[in-house]
Amino acid sequence: MNNVFVYCEVTEEKLIADVSLELVSKGRKLANELDVKLEVIVCGDGIKDIEGILYPYGVDVINYAKDSRLFPYQTLPHFSIVTKLFQEKKPEIALFGATSVGRDLAPRIASFLRTGLTADCTTLEIGNHTENKTGKEYKNLLYQIRPAFGGNIIATIINPDCRPQMATVREGVMKKEIVSAKYKGVINFLKVEDYTKNDDFCLKIIERHIEEQKINIKGAQIIVCGGYGMGSKENFKLVHELADVIQGEVGGTRAASDAGMTEHDRQIGQTGVTVRPKLYIACGVSGAVQHRVGMQDSSKIISINTDPNAPINKIADYTIIGDVLEVLPKMIKYYKANTK
Amino acid sequence: MSFKIIVLAKQVPDTRNVGKDAMKEDGTVNRAALPAIFNPEDLNALEMALHIKDNIKDSTITIITMGPSRAAEIVREAMYRGADNGVVVSDRKVAGSDTLATSYTIAQAVKKLGKFDLVIAGRQAIDGDTAQVGPQTAEKLECPQITYAEEVIMVNEDKIQIKRRLENGIEIVESKYPCLITVHGSAKECRARHAKYLMKFKKAKSNSELQELGQDYSAIWNEKPYLKIEEWSAADIMAEDSRLGLTGSPTKVKKIENVVLTQKESKILTPNDEDINNLMKELISSHILG
Repeated sequence: MNNVFVYCEVTEEKLIADVSLELVSKGRKLANELDVKLEVIVCGDGIKDIEGILYPYGVDVINYAKDSRLFPYQTLPHFSIVTKLFQEKKPEIALFGATSVGRDLAPRIASFLRTGLTADCTTLEIGNHTENKTGKEYKNLLYQIRPAFGGNIIATIINPDCRPQMATVREGVMKKEIVSAKYKGVINFLKVEDYTKNDDFCLKIIERHIEEQKINIKGAQIIVCGGYGMGSKENFKLVHELADVIQGEVGGTRAASDAGMTEHDRQIGQTGVTVRPKLYIACGVSGAVQHRVGMQDSSKIISINTDPNAPINKIADYTIIGDVLEVLPKMIKYYKANTK
Repeated sequence: MSFKIIVLAKQVPDTRNVGKDAMKEDGTVNRAALPAIFNPEDLNALEMALHIKDNIKDSTITIITMGPSRAAEIVREAMYRGADNGVVVSDRKVAGSDTLATSYTIAQAVKKLGKFDLVIAGRQAIDGDTAQVGPQTAEKLECPQITYAEEVIMVNEDKIQIKRRLENGIEIVESKYPCLITVHGSAKECRARHAKYLMKFKKAKSNSELQELGQDYSAIWNEKPYLKIEEWSAADIMAEDSRLGLTGSPTKVKKIENVVLTQKESKILTPNDEDINNLMKELISSHILG
């Protein structure tokens, strides 16, 4: 069997992106189960201590396309390099971050290689499969597991016949784990001119403003999350007030951010951020599966909802059946009263 | 010189406001309770196309959609807002397509339309959220792609400058034609229907719709060809059957699980002062809140 590959993104600070290190950690485990090597591909230049960063996560081979034209990211040169490398090395599995880079690049590669790609997976596992019609058996496939369409459905997607088996995963879904500070791999420099065409650099980047992330809910220990049940942007301010008082961050559901009550950057769930705080307060959140997968590992969950049957209540440690507009001010009041 | 813009659109079930009646008792989706709508980001894409049409004389906008024959509804909707014509790619063979098979089908339809300058699509559809069909169609058409587009900064017959909305910022890129753009939901909302176009295209129909109504349009189409919504089969777009639908889809659904939540030991509280006070005390004394 061939190797597991992870495409590593490079940040503005010329570091390997967190989402990529998370995928490398997952890739290491998959590679162990399949008894193959873990390779990464990095396109960029001037990346600080690339070997020292990547090897401890269990990387066996770093394929490094080093060229200043490869940063910032552009679709076509990265596409050419990765597809050509994949044609040579024929990976068993290839993982990408579900970021604006990974979601731009991975589909184009999958299309060219005529293979399958599953977006926004929340779990990746190795498992077997027997084709119902033909009885054909497949060993050690990648189970690409994600919530699907509309509601409480979790789908397991497989790609039995085409390679690589490709998947994207959002930041924060997998955990970064160092294997050993002494782990050593090798580095393989790719000659960029052998892997790209001149036409690949046809797009001109005129301007770029990338800011450091202002909102950081991923690392927050306390999160107050507002859902559609908050009712309006005005009411949503209460979520901020409580968060300010208890020193937490504000999150939102997709319904709340789609309705303009809060910023998309605060969205928690399958198409937003995955969080694992020690306290999660869900205010007017019904708890569709797409939201729950992004927060269900929180240590303590409090749900405030007028609907006693809201799905979120079933995973909550405390359920307050009541109106958020009444409950939130009381929480603020009694927090202040008890911490004086 | 005429400037040719193709907009890719999809009719989707409205999953955004999933109310209680949208889920059945067993936790599966009650599709009948969800209305079919114009995929929201495809409307942003249509607006971007209309904006370009406003700026480049002699532009035409053609809608391509893949789906059941009722998807002609969204072609008409686009015409009411300023699109010139549209095609529904409809064939039982395309049922069950994953994104690879979908992008192949759409690319074949684009190729049948001949030379184009721009293909514009929504970033993703709300029933799948994969954002894969745009880039995959661009690959099949062998043209550059600009994803996450938010705004047209500059456009003329030779090139276009697009502002992209990324996670932590923006980027402005310039491309020549042809190229494919996918439009982010933060882009300008689509303009409303125009009375003039509503009058003009109200009677636009596809063949299947006429069959259902038992009407014959051959005379009308002769006189007013713009009232014809094209309908193409897999054969019409010269598609290889092996690359369509389930057969052409490398990804298979192995298992669908309804998530049955097992009730945690949850304390039920009322919103009265005593309950909330006790809760806050408990959180503080157990150092969850500091």
